[in-house]
Amino acid sequence: MKKWLMTLLMMFAAFQAHAAIEIYQFDQAQQETLYKELTDELRCLVCQNQNLSSSNAGLAYDLRKETYEMVMQGQTREQIVDYMTNRYGDFVMYRPPLKTRTILLWFGPFLLLVVGIIVLMTTLRQRSKENDEPLSSEQHKNIQQLLEKGE
Amino acid sequence: MMKNSLPLVIFVLLVVLLGVGLKLDPREVPSPLIDKPAPDFQLSDLHNTNNVITPEAMKGRVWLLNVWASWCGACRAEHQVINRLVKEHHVEIVGLNYKDASYDAKQWLEDFGNPYARVAIDRDGRTGIDWGVYGVPETFVVDKKGIIRYKSIGPVDQEKLDEIILPLIAQLNLEPLS
Repeated sequence: MKKWLMTLLMMFAAFQAHAAIEIYQFDQAQQETLYKELTDELRCLVCQNQNLSSSNAGLAYDLRKETYEMVMQGQTREQIVDYMTNRYGDFVMYRPPLKTRTILLWFGPFLLLVVGIIVLMTTLRQRSKENDEPLSSEQHKNIQQLLEKGE
Repeated sequence: MMKNSLPLVIFVLLVVLLGVGLKLDPREVPSPLIDKPAPDFQLSDLHNTNNVITPEAMKGRVWLLNVWASWCGACRAEHQVINRLVKEHHVEIVGLNYKDASYDAKQWLEDFGNPYARVAIDRDGRTGIDWGVYGVPETFVVDKKGIIRYKSIGPVDQEKLDEIILPLIAQLNLEPLS
């Protein structure tokens, strides 16, 4: 009984996951690949951390349809990307093009990494310098005393 | 002195950076259509489907395109501001009824008032896509030459109206046609 119920529940879950993703027919495998690549790479502007292919938003549905139609008309990847960026800006791309405006976006993390490495190196160097200083005779005496006490 | 203050400097810089980040609204995606010609459309008039509404016909005048729908909750709150804008400042506003049922749209306007010079029906949302609409309500300000000069994403409130839209309209009205 329990097993049966579980199966039913899982079936419902599966239905829900696929309910909003429509089925498109392609003439050629290339078209399907292009469509898949584009909908994976284009951002849904309504729910900004999802791409078009995984979003259930109404706009995502419309833009998938738009993408499908352009693919079927034989438009190239650049033409479709242009169509999208002319309307929604570079933000619609998960991988925005390299421009003066997006330089910080592309290289900022590496810049931070370099700064981090420099800070790390100087700190380590300083610390090792401090450790290198030999102990004074006073300190030696102290150590000796402590060791003897311990025994 | 210098050595001790370095972490503080880094901390302050980080606070400034994160503070600026907090102030930015990630939902406001800058539109690439600003300072570009308004995308063309030919859509039926909600109240007289034989009439065709085009941006071309609005040339020579400063006008607003307000994207709305009867299913959109935020539009309801915005509508009072739009009503006041038309009543008090005589601004010409074209409504773009986005992915809506005409019956619902008409009923909505009857209930909450119709400030629009005309309402264009964008049933399948394709004109919305051409205008880069992704969050209803949105409002565009178009100048006499048919260039989009400003876009408001989300509802227009009194503050946005007083500080941005009204001064912009006043400025655009002074601009020569050619």
